Amino acid sequence: MGSKTEIFQPPGEEAPLIAGNPDFHAVTDKISRISERKVGRLWYIGISISGSLAVLLFVSIAYLVWEGIGVWGVNNPVGWGWAIINFVFWVGIGHAGTLISAILFLLRQRWRTSINRFAEAMTLMAVTCALIFPGIHVGRIWIAYFMFPLPNQMEIWPNFRSPLLWDVFAVGTYFTASLLFWYVGLIPDLATLRDRAKQKFKKIILGALSLGWRGGNRQWKHYELAYLILAGISTPLVLSVHSVVSTDFAVSILPGWHTTIFPPYFVAGAIFSGFAMVMTLSIFVRKAFNLEDYITISHLEKINKVMLLTGMMVGYGYSVEFFIAWYSGNIYEVFTFVNRAVGPYAWGYWTMICCNVLVPQLFWFKKLRTSIPVMLVASILINVGMWFERFVIVVSSLANDFLPSSWAYYKPTFWDISTFVGSFGLFFTLMLLFVRFVPVIAISEVKGVLPQADPHHHGDAGEGGSNG
Amino acid sequence: MANQSGKVHGLLARFESPGALLEAAKKINAAGYKKFDSHSPFPIHGMDEAMRLKRSPIGWIAGLLALCGGAGLLALQWWSSSVEYPLVISGKPFFSFQAYVPVTFAGAVLCAAFAATFGMLMINQLPRLHHPVFFSDNFNATDDGFFISIEAGDPDFDKDKTAAFLKSIGCVEVEVLQG
Repeated sequence: MGSKTEIFQPPGEEAPLIAGNPDFHAVTDKISRISERKVGRLWYIGISISGSLAVLLFVSIAYLVWEGIGVWGVNNPVGWGWAIINFVFWVGIGHAGTLISAILFLLRQRWRTSINRFAEAMTLMAVTCALIFPGIHVGRIWIAYFMFPLPNQMEIWPNFRSPLLWDVFAVGTYFTASLLFWYVGLIPDLATLRDRAKQKFKKIILGALSLGWRGGNRQWKHYELAYLILAGISTPLVLSVHSVVSTDFAVSILPGWHTTIFPPYFVAGAIFSGFAMVMTLSIFVRKAFNLEDYITISHLEKINKVMLLTGMMVGYGYSVEFFIAWYSGNIYEVFTFVNRAVGPYAWGYWTMICCNVLVPQLFWFKKLRTSIPVMLVASILINVGMWFERFVIVVSSLANDFLPSSWAYYKPTFWDISTFVGSFGLFFTLMLLFVRFVPVIAISEVKGVLPQADPHHHGDAGEGGSNG
Repeated sequence: MANQSGKVHGLLARFESPGALLEAAKKINAAGYKKFDSHSPFPIHGMDEAMRLKRSPIGWIAGLLALCGGAGLLALQWWSSSVEYPLVISGKPFFSFQAYVPVTFAGAVLCAAFAATFGMLMINQLPRLHHPVFFSDNFNATDDGFFISIEAGDPDFDKDKTAAFLKSIGCVEVEVLQG
């Protein structure tokens, strides 16, 4: 039977999820060792660059707080500049992590186990970067607590009818739920590291973080249901958070913003950009830690297929916007869209179209969607394009609205750019710390999808229908 | 074996594979033991039935708390914008429930997430600093070991008889948890 199962694959079954058929101990060893061994010089080079950029972020924030919002390029009529663009950009990237960890879990897509841990980490780090921007763009960040419904000496309360307040709750909930989901997933793996730790210091830290996990089935029972519930409640968050973000725009009356297509179109774009970021990161992670057997070409190909699908949804969004603008007969609406394509920001618009609509079309070809250099370049271009999408939406609508006398051309300043570049520094610093100290692949979940994890696996002592 | 002296906390038996562990759990359950647990690096499909465990109540806990969280935030929105600080905003009524949906939903999700996480930890009696299975030096259920532990508190527990029983159902080795 052993040889037969290798030849015969049930329909729909593809290559094994984990190549090389390692045993349980080999999985533990391979993944744990990444965070146990001494790190190479590359990691130090990486973290010194990203750490310096993160310092630049904090310097930029300090200067902004000291000097005021005037240090940015925002003015009338463009009152929302890079801060809101970067916020939407980073929140969007986070969505792929939640989709992988929650929706693919509910759909029993077992290939997710290789990438869910660092996709979830990516979510957390990206949402951390995102949360900075609305925090600092209020200008007087010492009164940022006004956003929360706290009793205060002025006896005022936040306006719950405002999408900007919905945002505070949606993104805050998103961050918290993602953090809990990630940590619950980590508990068994932290216990694995704890049981392997040699130094007393490590044993104490990991012992505390793994909360005394001992892998008992009486624990797994509650654990699995809790994980399922966390996946279940994170699933609507994938759709709701970016929908709420889009209402920041859609509830206003500005041409180009005031459209009903915004929520689904934003969600598709978020998943699109997030998968592109997952792709960029996984290419580096699998190369740096020799994880080619765990994150296989088949995994990367599946990510590319998701990008192809969501990329076309985004492309559909771009075309429907144009159609509805024409069909509405509203001259402001028509003008806004024509202006996007041929106006002062046409360079941004066509960058967006090239990166988001044309680049993913490469993935129709199997040869291209299984080629690492192609997907690396494509995934980076897609994220460039998705940043420009938000730039086009935010800036072009504000710069040229109803009254030509109030039009202006928006330009970012040095501090706009340094804050954005700095946020990448913070993101990569956090990601580098994550790959250094935390198992980058969910060890217990990978073991669970190995063929020998099935209690009825052939050649197993417990096999046989007589007792079942 | 780490410690040969001290109180006997139970027995720890190692099995070869997930399938062997599943069969053993069925037999131990059939033999009438109550205070036993099976330890494995990942949840084993069918183990809950083999150990005759009831369904986890976490779903109810999370559901109930989600309702409380949603209701609580809806009440806060109603009270702050209709009673405590009534303001007419874009001509909407004070209690404009459609606009309150996103925040209500966020509150429900937040409470469900906390309930699922901390409810799971509370039911599992975690975090805890120590457990008898950690007296063993060979306990590697977080790596590739499959174990059954039977606690000394079980009415049917007898150090030698239970050890012999565990051997008879096919365990690889038995260890006394002492310390």
